[in-house]
Amino acid sequence: MQATDLLLSLIVLGLFSFYWSRGRSLALANPLGGIRNLHSLPSYYGLHAALWCTLPATFLLGIWLIFDEIVINGMVMTDLSPELIPSDNASYNLILNKVANIANGILPREDQPSGLLDAADNMLSLNVVSQWSITLLIITLAMSGLAWSSHKLKVDFRARPAVERVMQNLLLACACVAIFTTLGIVFSVLFESIQFFRSVPIYDFIFGLEWSPQTAIREDQVGSSGSFGAIPLFVGTLLVSAVAMFIAVPIGLMSAIYLAEYASDGVRTYAKPALEVLAGIPTVVYGFFAALTVAPFLRDLGASVGLTISSESALAAGGVMGIMIIPFISSLADDVITAVPQSMRDGSLAMGATQSETIRKVVIPAALPGIVGGIMLAISRAIGETMIVVMAAGLAAKLTANPLESVTTVTVQIVTLLTGDQEFDSPKTLAAFALGLMLFTVTLLLNIFALHIVKKYREQYE
Amino acid sequence: MNNRSDTLSKIQHSLTRRNRAEARFRWYGRCAIFIGLLAVAVLFFDIISKGHGAFRATYINLDIHYDPELIGINNLADNEQLSAGNWQALSKTALRNKFPDVSGRQDKRRLSKLLSNGAGFDLKDHLLANPQLLGKKESVWVLADDDIDTYFKSWLDGDAYDARMTAKQVQWIAQLHQEDLITLKFNSNLFSRGDSREPEQAGIRGAVMGSFLTLIMTLMLSFPIGVSAAIYLEEFAPKNRWTDFIEVNINNLAAVPSIIFGLLGLAIFINFFHVPRSVPIVGGLVLTLMTLPTIIITSRAAIKSVPPSIREAALGMGASKYQMVLHHVLPLALPGMLTGAIIGMAQALGETAPLLMIGMVAFIVDIPNGFSDPATVLPVQIFLWADSPERAFIEKTSAAIMVLLSFLIIMNTSAVWLRKRLERRW
Repeated sequence: MQATDLLLSLIVLGLFSFYWSRGRSLALANPLGGIRNLHSLPSYYGLHAALWCTLPATFLLGIWLIFDEIVINGMVMTDLSPELIPSDNASYNLILNKVANIANGILPREDQPSGLLDAADNMLSLNVVSQWSITLLIITLAMSGLAWSSHKLKVDFRARPAVERVMQNLLLACACVAIFTTLGIVFSVLFESIQFFRSVPIYDFIFGLEWSPQTAIREDQVGSSGSFGAIPLFVGTLLVSAVAMFIAVPIGLMSAIYLAEYASDGVRTYAKPALEVLAGIPTVVYGFFAALTVAPFLRDLGASVGLTISSESALAAGGVMGIMIIPFISSLADDVITAVPQSMRDGSLAMGATQSETIRKVVIPAALPGIVGGIMLAISRAIGETMIVVMAAGLAAKLTANPLESVTTVTVQIVTLLTGDQEFDSPKTLAAFALGLMLFTVTLLLNIFALHIVKKYREQYE
Repeated sequence: MNNRSDTLSKIQHSLTRRNRAEARFRWYGRCAIFIGLLAVAVLFFDIISKGHGAFRATYINLDIHYDPELIGINNLADNEQLSAGNWQALSKTALRNKFPDVSGRQDKRRLSKLLSNGAGFDLKDHLLANPQLLGKKESVWVLADDDIDTYFKSWLDGDAYDARMTAKQVQWIAQLHQEDLITLKFNSNLFSRGDSREPEQAGIRGAVMGSFLTLIMTLMLSFPIGVSAAIYLEEFAPKNRWTDFIEVNINNLAAVPSIIFGLLGLAIFINFFHVPRSVPIVGGLVLTLMTLPTIIITSRAAIKSVPPSIREAALGMGASKYQMVLHHVLPLALPGMLTGAIIGMAQALGETAPLLMIGMVAFIVDIPNGFSDPATVLPVQIFLWADSPERAFIEKTSAAIMVLLSFLIIMNTSAVWLRKRLERRW
């Protein structure tokens, strides 16, 4: 049976065992004078049976789904006739693909070497064996779970605590998904990066001044030695982020101050959600706006005053990114400003300070740690932002601090290196993971630091 | 005495300056808000002014003669004949009959370029739907080419863009317009077709379906997992290091750049577990991991807002802790959780970068029907079209953005509505 069929039959079996065990517990209780003689409610006996019937079997099914193909492929390849045994990784995958395609009938069986045909037949028969054995195994497991549960079913069986223990573990497993995600991220970028650093020294990567990831396909190709110095990317990323922050911080901060301290209720109810709209717009829309509206506008503006502004300038990408980040900063700053106790404002106003003096000399200094934390979170967002720069910033890595020129960023390079079909173990694609590692590390540090500051600040006034 | 009046006059003198500073500061605040709102307005105005035209397409009226000899068929039920038929000849001949004095290879080719090169297949579909038309004549509105469409729309607006038109073509269009044989009609192709290299035939149906399937997958996984995690952390988790570690992880994941999730999906789901590329399953998995922190955080807030008295009352009546949570806390927190789920889904709907990593960026014409069909999603479609050189795609891209934004606006307003309507104040 297929995996989906197995899953469906497990669901049916689970439902059956629920109602069956529930019925049995009722039947046990009836002669004694009703369900108050049972330890738990009848549905708990049903749930106990259903859990024992389905959970272990589902777990097994999951493991089978993950390893089935890997194991079968390995067995097929070890049984391959000796003249076909591949020498390296690439041809290994090639042969495996061929065998799978023949087995699935995508490639015609005619004109294929007999070794491949044998391997394909081998694969087909192994598939059948695996399907049958998993079906048998799962049905047996489900049935024995049911049998075990019904063996325990007695009037004084403590079904509710048993069910609740299982549920608690399920909940814990769900909470741990976050940990597994973090681990998954760390391992996936780390392993590929380590492979990359085997071919390109880590020192050259972090301190190299030239980035041109085109590696030679043939040995004698011209001008494609491939150099992986990431400094131009880091500088480009910082440049674009700096432009974004230059726009987002003053505007975001001032609008937060105005909304929190000055604005009437009427203005607040309309202006705040209107600004939040900016946060809800997908980044690909900002990218389109930057590439097709802002960049040409800036280029023409520059041309009219005699400045050459590249049509993929850091200014356009960074400016639009800044607009995107405004609501992020303003809502975070708004939170920390409103958290400053009113008594501090009252004290300052009572001493004769004007409202703006109160804000600048009392409220802002009091809220500063929170604001700094918010700005750091915003920087980490700007560094990791992808679509705007992919669409509006350039591809060529240039080492410059001039925002009117075109620069490229870490995220742009990750996208360009990994889209399209590529050989997975070339340094070119592995470089993307090394860049990802850098990106993850930097944003993680910024986030941890910023969250720490914000948390500490919050505790101060609570 | 003297000292006091000194101070007073000092204060008096500085007052005007200080008041001016106060007024200036207020103005800075107003300007900041104004700039923010201006950005919203410019963005929407720009997208709508670029995209509104795409909801109508140019059609040309032709007298089509469904001549069996011309097409080269005699039996409409024969599939081999149908696929070998010369369907383009139908529209080409009709066009030549309309302009009989056009001669020369060049001009003839330009003439047939007035129509979309999918026009023949549209006529074929029309004929198959109405088989009695075979051998008869009918006047049909035929889809025009994208260059003609761009020119005709800009010409109607009084600012003709004729960079890709020849003088003759301009003249033909003028003649057709005079005879009322060219017009703008509702562009149903935009909503009924998949992607295409030809702008006039490209539609967003495939991308919308792909987005829908991916979101369903995301919702099915992230809502149960997120709510369970939130329940565990709020109601059951012991205060220890492990719990702290889980919380730190969730808060950090909420701020990890989305493209990193794409790298995770590529390395783990595709390269390790061999999930096929470009399918809604893998897109849904990646977006699940990405939206999980949002859903967990909002669900926890919703659970926290249920007052402790409810819990105490339930426990006091003899409910177990699980019964208390499942029967009392969860139903009361559900509206807040649903709001969080909708916001998470809106976030997932607009996400592009991680999906580029897992191959949902492929050119896919067919409309996906299941979770394992190759698909693309609306934001990625927007990215692909924005990259296309044809001028007509600008209009299409903006229209697709308008569709995406309307979905997002619907989702977000329904989240706000749900919160106002169902959330209880204690």
